[in-house]
Amino acid sequence: MTHKPDSYEHNMVLAQKQFRVLGTRPIRHDGVDKVTGRALYGADIDLSGLIHGAILRSPHAHARIVSIDTSAAEAMEGVLAVVTAADLGDSGDKMIDLGEGEQNLSFLRGNVLASGKALYKGHAVAGVAAASLHVAQEAVKRIRVEWEPLPAVTTTQQAMADGAPVLHDGLRTKELGKETDQTGNVAAHFRYDKGSPDEGFAQADVIVERSFDTATVHQGYIEPQNATALWNNDGRLQIWTSTQGSFVVRDTTAAILDIPVSQVKVTPMEIGGGFGGKIPVYLEPVAALLSKKTGRPVKLVMSRQDVFEATGPTPGSHIRVKMGATNDGRIVAAEAWMAYEAGAYPESFVVPGAMCVFACYDIDNIRVDGFDVVVNKPSTAAYRAPGATNAAFAAESVVDEIAEKLGVDPLDLRLKNAAKEGTRRADGVKFPRIGLVEVLEAMKAHPHYQTPLEGPHRGRGVAVGFWFNVGLESSCSISVNSDGTISLVEGSTDIGGTRTSIAMQAAEVLGISAEEVRPSVADTDSVGYTSVTGGSRVTFATGWAAHNAAQDVVAQMKERAAILWGVDAGAVEFADGTFRSGDNSLAFKELAKKLSETGGPVTGRATVHPKGVGGSFAGNIVDVEVDPETAKTKILRFTAFQDAGKAIHPSYVEGQMQGGSVQGIGWGLNEEYFMTDQGVMANSTLLDYRMPTALDLPMIDTCIIEVANPGHPFGVRGVGEASIVPPPGALANAIHNATGVRMSRLPMSPPRLMEAIWALESNPIAAD
Amino acid sequence: MMPKKSYVQAVINGESREFLCEPRQTLLEVLREELGLTGAKEGCGDGNCGACVVIQDGRLVCSCLELAVESAGTEITTVEGVAGRQELHPLQQCFLEDAALQCGICTPGFLVSAKALLDKNPDPSEPEIRLWLANNLCRCTGYDKIVRAVEHAAERMRQEA
Ligand code: FES
Ligand code: FES
Repeated sequence: MTHKPDSYEHNMVLAQKQFRVLGTRPIRHDGVDKVTGRALYGADIDLSGLIHGAILRSPHAHARIVSIDTSAAEAMEGVLAVVTAADLGDSGDKMIDLGEGEQNLSFLRGNVLASGKALYKGHAVAGVAAASLHVAQEAVKRIRVEWEPLPAVTTTQQAMADGAPVLHDGLRTKELGKETDQTGNVAAHFRYDKGSPDEGFAQADVIVERSFDTATVHQGYIEPQNATALWNNDGRLQIWTSTQGSFVVRDTTAAILDIPVSQVKVTPMEIGGGFGGKIPVYLEPVAALLSKKTGRPVKLVMSRQDVFEATGPTPGSHIRVKMGATNDGRIVAAEAWMAYEAGAYPESFVVPGAMCVFACYDIDNIRVDGFDVVVNKPSTAAYRAPGATNAAFAAESVVDEIAEKLGVDPLDLRLKNAAKEGTRRADGVKFPRIGLVEVLEAMKAHPHYQTPLEGPHRGRGVAVGFWFNVGLESSCSISVNSDGTISLVEGSTDIGGTRTSIAMQAAEVLGISAEEVRPSVADTDSVGYTSVTGGSRVTFATGWAAHNAAQDVVAQMKERAAILWGVDAGAVEFADGTFRSGDNSLAFKELAKKLSETGGPVTGRATVHPKGVGGSFAGNIVDVEVDPETAKTKILRFTAFQDAGKAIHPSYVEGQMQGGSVQGIGWGLNEEYFMTDQGVMANSTLLDYRMPTALDLPMIDTCIIEVANPGHPFGVRGVGEASIVPPPGALANAIHNATGVRMSRLPMSPPRLMEAIWALESNPIAAD
Repeated sequence: MMPKKSYVQAVINGESREFLCEPRQTLLEVLREELGLTGAKEGCGDGNCGACVVIQDGRLVCSCLELAVESAGTEITTVEGVAGRQELHPLQQCFLEDAALQCGICTPGFLVSAKALLDKNPDPSEPEIRLWLANNLCRCTGYDKIVRAVEHAAERMRQEA
C-alpha cells in the first residue's frame, strides 16, 4: 500500500498570513466552461467557410530534397491549394525574441517548411488545403518528392565525432563567445569559471566523477498543436491557436511571412497544456499561406505522431560531473562538461542547464563547459525548467555519492553547502533572498523523512533543484463596473488557473473578493504586449501588472472620492477596501456606483517588465521498491517541497508541484525517444511512449514553503517549473539505496536497471 | 452514383439525433465536426489518451476508435450531457472545488470516465479509481487532485442518495 496523506492543510510552513484573498482557494473563473465541455480549445474553432489542411512530412531523418512535384495533388478533386518552402520566400535573417530565448529567423523559417534539406524525420515539407480533412490527407500522399537520403546523427557523441555528417553547411562554432571558422555540428561552446577548480580539488579529501546520459523526452501535452488562419481580403491576417504566447506567435509569424506585426491579430484559444512546447510556431505560417492562396479560413491540426516527431522534445544530453569535498563536508570544487542535443537547429537549453547545474550549492571553485550540438531530431523546445532537469540528475547523483562516502546525512550535506542570499553562481549572478535552506529544513523536519523506511528492496532518496523566474513584459487593464466588481483584461494564456491567480492579486489590492473580478485573456489587438506563459512568470509578472493596475484604479477613485467630499485627493486614504477622509468613508463598492456622477468610467492600466527576480527551489523525498525479478520501480511515497514565495492560490501551487513532479518521475523512470539507426522514432504513440498513468503513481504529497521574494509586491515566486528538476535525481538516489546500483542513464527503465543490477551482482568492485 | 454518406440515428445526451456521415468518419469526428459537440477532445486518435471517451449503452468507449456508422441506434453520453440543466454534476463540482484540472483538455474524458465508474460502483477505493482512470492521460496534474475529486464526488453522491 502506498502512503496517502489525509489532507493538504498541514502542508504549509512559514506561511505569510497577512492577506485576505491571497492564500485562499476560490474556484477558477473559467472552471464551469472547462467541466461542461464548453471551453473552446484551438481545434474546436469553426468559422464560416472553414477548410482543412494537412502537412507532408519527411520520411527521412536527413535527406536532400532534389525536387517536389505537387501537380498530382493539385489535380485532385477538392484540393484548393498546395504550398512549399518556395511560397514562404526568404525574409532574410535576424534574431527573433521568443520570450524564453532568441532564435535565428532563417532557422525558424526552415523549421516551418524544409527548404533544400529535411533535417529530421517529420520535418514539414509541404502543406495542402482541401474542402475536407480526408481529401487533404490523401492529397499529401500524392505529392512526389525526390529524396537523396544522407547519413543521420542522433546523439551528441555521433554529431561531435570527427567526420560526422554535417546538418548545416553554414554553421560555424561560436567558441567562448567569439565567432570562429570551425564547421561541424557544434553551434556553440561556452564556459563558466569561478575561482580555481584545480586548487579546490587539491584541498578535497573525497572526489567523485561520473558520466551521465539522458534520453530525449517530450513535453507530452494532451492537446496537439493546431492553428487556424484567415488571410482576409483587406490583407489582415487573423490567427486562432493554442499557444503559450499570442504575441510571440504574432511576431514570429509576421517575421517569417515578412509582413508588419500590425497586419496580424492572434486570438489565443484555450490551451491544452504546453510546458514550454507551445512557444514555437509550427503551423501558423503554413495555415496563413494556405488561406492567402484559397481566400478561405484554413485549419491545421497535428496528429499525435506529428507532435512526437515534429514538435519540441527536450534535449537528450551527455554530462560529466566531478565534485570534491573535504572530510568535514564542505564541497570545495566542482566541474561539469555538458553537451546537449539542440535537435535540427541550434539552441538546446544547455545554457540554462549550465547555469543551474551547481546553482543549489555555495562552491568557491567551479568550471562548467557547455556545448550546443545540432542532431537529426526535431528542433528542441523548452520543457519546464529547460536544461535544468538533465543537469540536476547528474549533480544530485554525485552529491549523494559524496554524502555516502563521507558517511553524512544527504540533507545535512546539502544544508551545509546550500546556496543562500549573496551566493555567486558560476555564471556570475549573485542570489538575492532565496529559500533553499528553508526548503531543506522543511524536508528534514517532515514526517516523511522522520519515518524510517523498512522492508527489502526499498530505498529512500532525496534531491533538490533550482529554476529561475523570468520577468519579461506583461500588460493589464481593469475597468470598474457600477456594481462594484471589476473586469480585468490580460494577455497571458491560462494553462493552469492563472486567470484566477492574477485576479486574486487585483482583488487583494481593491479589497474585493476573487469572485468579484471577471478576468479575461485578450487577443493581441485588445491588450498591451504580454510575453509568453513560460519561465514561471505569469502569476509573478502578470499578477504584478494586475496589482499595479489595481493601484491605478485606487489612485483614480481617490480623486472621485475627493470630488464627492470636496477635499484634496491627497487627503483621501484607502485601506481594507474603504476610501476615507476625516469622517467621510465609502467602500470601494459604494464609490463604484458614483463614478458616472463624478466624471465617468474609471479604467486602470499597468505594464511591467520586472528584473532581478529571485527564483524558486524544489526538493523531493521519495521512497521506492524495486522488484528484484523485473527491476520495475514502484513509488511508495513521494513528497514535493517548494519555495513559492507567497502561494497566491495554494491549490494551483500544489498542482504545479504535483504535475511537475510526475513529469519528472516519467522522465526518470520511463520516458524516452527510441531512435532507430535511421534516425526514426520507433515509439511515436502514447501507448509506446508511455507517460505515467494514474495507476503508476501514489498520491503526490506537497509542502509549500513561503520565503517572500523581495522582488515582488506580494513576495510571489514563480512556481511553474522547479518541481520537475529534482525527481530523476531523487529517484536515482532512492534506487541506489534500494539496490546498490548507481544509475548513470535516464530513463531508469526496468531493462536498464535490470542490466545494472546484474552487472553489480557479477562484478561488485568494477561496478563501483 | 452511390451515395457517399450513410444515414445514422442515435440518441445523444438524451436527444434523438440524425446525421449523415462517410463510412470512414469516426464517432469522434462526427460529434465534433458534424454535431458541434466539441467537448470530447482528440489527444491521440488511437485509443491511448482517453480525452475522447463517451458512454455508449452503458459502456465506456473511445469515440476515436469507433466508426460513426456503428453508433446507429445506440445511446451516447458525452461530457455535454453530464450536468443537469441548472446544476453541475457532483463530479463537475468536485473537480472545480478540488482544482482537479489545470489546462482542462483531459477533463471531459476524466469526467465521463469517472461518471461511468460511479454509475457502477458508488464507493470505489483509491486503487479502484486509479485502475479505472488508467486509460485517461493527464499531463498537468499528476492525478492526485483528480483522484481526490472522484472520491469526494462519490462521498457527496452517497450522502445525497
Ligand atoms: S483521442 Fe481517443 S483515446 Fe486519444
Ligand atoms: S489538466 Fe491538462 S492534461 Fe489534464
